[in-house]
Amino acid sequence: MTNLTDLGVKAIRDGVASGAFSAVEVAEAFNANVAAASALNAFIVTTPDHALEAAKQADEARAAGKPAGLMAGVPIGMKDLFATLGVQTTAASHILEGFTPQYESTVSQKLWDAGAGMLGKLNLDQFAMGSSNETSYFGNVISPWRRNDGGNAALAPGGSSGGSSAAIAARLCPAATGTDTGGSIRQPAAFTGIAGIKPTYGRCSRWGIVAFASSLDQAGPMARSVEDCAIMLEAMAGFDPKDSTSLDMPVPAWSTSLNADLRGKKVGIPREYRMDGTDEEILKSWDHGIAWLKDAGAEVVEISLPHTKYALPAYYIVAPAEASSNLARYDGVRYGLRDLPDGAGLQDMYAATRAAGFGDEVKRRILIGTYVLSAGFYDAYYTQAMKVRTLIRRDFDAAFEKCDVILAPTTPTASFPLGDKVDDPLAMYLNDVFSVPASLAGLPAMSVPCGLNKDGLPLGLQLIGNVFDEQGVLNAGLAIEQRAGFTAAPERWW
Amino acid sequence: MSNYRIHGATGDWEVVIGLEVHAQVTSKAKLFSGASTEFGAEPNAQVSLVDAAMPGMLPVPNAECVRQAVRTGMAIEAEINKWSRFDRKNYFYADLPQGYQISQLYHPIVGEGKLLIEADEKAGIPHDKIIGIERIHIEQDAGKLMHDQHPTMSYVDLNRVGVALMEIVSRPDMTSPAEAGAYVRKLRAILRYVGSCDGNMEEGSMRADVNVSVRKVGDPELGTRTETKNVNSVRFVMAAIEHEARRQVDVLEDGGTIVQETRLFDPGTGTTRSMRSKEDAHDYRYFPDPDLLPLELDDQFLADCRASLPELPDAKRKRYIEELGLSEYNARELTADVEVFARFETLLAATARGIGKPENEVATQVANWSLSVAPGVMKALGDEANPAHATAEAQAAILDMQAKGEISGGQAKEIYEIVLKTGRDPAEVADTEGLKQQSDSGAIEAAVDAVLAANADKVEQYRGGKEALFGFFVGQTMKAMQGKANPGVVNSVLKAKLG
Repeated sequence: MTNLTDLGVKAIRDGVASGAFSAVEVAEAFNANVAAASALNAFIVTTPDHALEAAKQADEARAAGKPAGLMAGVPIGMKDLFATLGVQTTAASHILEGFTPQYESTVSQKLWDAGAGMLGKLNLDQFAMGSSNETSYFGNVISPWRRNDGGNAALAPGGSSGGSSAAIAARLCPAATGTDTGGSIRQPAAFTGIAGIKPTYGRCSRWGIVAFASSLDQAGPMARSVEDCAIMLEAMAGFDPKDSTSLDMPVPAWSTSLNADLRGKKVGIPREYRMDGTDEEILKSWDHGIAWLKDAGAEVVEISLPHTKYALPAYYIVAPAEASSNLARYDGVRYGLRDLPDGAGLQDMYAATRAAGFGDEVKRRILIGTYVLSAGFYDAYYTQAMKVRTLIRRDFDAAFEKCDVILAPTTPTASFPLGDKVDDPLAMYLNDVFSVPASLAGLPAMSVPCGLNKDGLPLGLQLIGNVFDEQGVLNAGLAIEQRAGFTAAPERWW
Repeated sequence: MSNYRIHGATGDWEVVIGLEVHAQVTSKAKLFSGASTEFGAEPNAQVSLVDAAMPGMLPVPNAECVRQAVRTGMAIEAEINKWSRFDRKNYFYADLPQGYQISQLYHPIVGEGKLLIEADEKAGIPHDKIIGIERIHIEQDAGKLMHDQHPTMSYVDLNRVGVALMEIVSRPDMTSPAEAGAYVRKLRAILRYVGSCDGNMEEGSMRADVNVSVRKVGDPELGTRTETKNVNSVRFVMAAIEHEARRQVDVLEDGGTIVQETRLFDPGTGTTRSMRSKEDAHDYRYFPDPDLLPLELDDQFLADCRASLPELPDAKRKRYIEELGLSEYNARELTADVEVFARFETLLAATARGIGKPENEVATQVANWSLSVAPGVMKALGDEANPAHATAEAQAAILDMQAKGEISGGQAKEIYEIVLKTGRDPAEVADTEGLKQQSDSGAIEAAVDAVLAANADKVEQYRGGKEALFGFFVGQTMKAMQGKANPGVVNSVLKAKLG
């Protein structure tokens, strides 16, 4: 008998539909894996009953001959940035510890409507701010991967969706939600040998997702195959009148339109992404990717994205600026943590609550954001960064005149040991150097696993598409997936 | 330029005034959430997840609020910006759950417009004057703190959080309290005509921030201004300006300087006091709200807004004068408020229909009735009057009888009194209570004959040239008929008989 927890979204859904196994069996198997993996610290809370209840309903619906949803019988992990009705939602912060929403985010509701169930709320970098999952109030997530040097150094699962990436790689769930503001789906996917796609800005409703940087935040699926990502994205996406920035467009049938035949397609290779400091093995994997896409029939062309080097600085102005305002609501007045020292007035309560409730990285970004929006600095920073953002968007517009999809590394390095970069925020921010430009331009982008480096750690390749062209991204991703033949899994040590 | 002056020890000063009026948009739901805006609900009964700024909540613009702002802009002949944008104004306060107010700093929905205040000698406004309006933008209201509910704690009511406001910013074009008062009254009238704000200042639907500075008469430079916040009646606006101008002159003449600051008006004492100075001013860190797309208005939307506008005060006043032949005073008074002109126009139509004459022939009679006679009767009756009985039908019936000469002006008042108290039918009252005047020329001729016969000597004198005696004969005839004779008929019969 197959090990149910090795199966992906499609295999589980089809297996439940065909009666090869029941959804309840699947949920029980994953619940057991989750319960046995506390050493990874991937979950902030587990919700085995939620998963079982959804599974029962999927089994009953099947028995009654009712049509099955896209995700029927598939238990998933939910990044703890999505508000879930009656289940604690913290954004991995102390300030929201114990906060239980009376509402369900649009994306999670769509997943439940599609037949999925929830195994638990996944750990993340606090308020999605981080690239290593070391800023969570609830502790670091530990990657299931270890170097092949026989050592047991704890490695970063990436961030901010580090709970999601670790859980999927460790077979604690077949898929999970992620959110990506500057690379928070793609970078952890690359670090853990899984796939993940950030769709075009506006594809997935932001309603009910704890906001980090509103103009950049996008939800997306993370899973172990391109096809699983396509299925789950179909379930998550769609117009939502409750989100003014939501795209009012039909959701394409991405999963059933997948096609790895790239004949007639042009793949752009951005020359500015060959940066100093990029790992040799990453560059080598990029060359493999180029070869694989050629093999799939694509023509490879060199392109230029001349403003790439300004993307990271612009991102680290725009995102903190929005965050400094978005996080103002956590003030101890209406919900969440309240720290009220004896005899304190309102201002003292704000100060005490926010000092106790936010972690260092969150405070750092609130300070940066407050600074760049301040009188006298606004034009030099925020206005300038918004201009850069426009230029970056134009770079991509020009590039997509010459090609259909762009191939680049996802990250400049493979996963690193926890603690390596915590004292050097700039080094940490550099992790996002390849992922941030697509975020600033609102473009769909995904990471697919392409192999292991000499340390035995996974590497990812990134595909960036034009606006609305998730299909082009998924197709190119599938072509790489088929040729990379990535089947490695972390050896269980937890 | 008004001739309002503050007399100081060093000479005369003039005052420069600009007003920022916050008007609550008439809409069932808030600017960015579906919560109700109804006044008077229990505290925190009208708060949505968005208003309470729960994690992950997002604003969605209410099209009705946008429409009302655009219509208001059109009513002040302003430029409507087809592209505008919402900005966040960031500050921490317990009445502001989001930690920012969504407003429009950089790109307001309505640009440059204007408003006419009419000459009013009595009020100290010698000439018509155009007051410039710089902009109108839409923004969210904040909640209300309550400090009297608990000995040591403050409570907050979030019902008003997110209610749509229009901020209407004037140019510093006003130079007397009277002009400022007239501006607020006219603006209120326009808002009420358009229906974009109910103008209810007591319920806080309309309030003004008053910017005041003073300078020596003839000085081209503007002085440093202060801003007095949240003044909520026309009277208080005028009082705040008077006090603040006087205060500033006193400070300056004592060798002091005016500090740019925010002040509060105390209606109890009619004075203003400092709330916070510029040094304590917040840095609001305005930036475009990333949760909202720019607001783009298409031509059809604008055309629909324009088509939905009613006749506005200035146009109506002009029409009353030119087409209905009303005096300037009557026209101004009748167009000053929606209820007044609505009642007038209904009554005018009913009266014209009843009498069978065009409106312009009965307009002055109806105007005098509406502005003077009817309110006088109502006021004299006080609580005895039931306003529900003041129907257009009843009043038209009275005016009809009066126009036909069936009742006199005095009888009209008496009948209306009874109608207001009892709701009885005016014609029935006239009949039953004997409140009709005699127009039957036979009866009047008989009475005149009797009066002339009884006063033959005076008839002689009259015919001899003492024409002033005509009034005596009228009086005697009226007396003989217990005041119920139609004076017009009496006059003509007398004239004929006295030859």
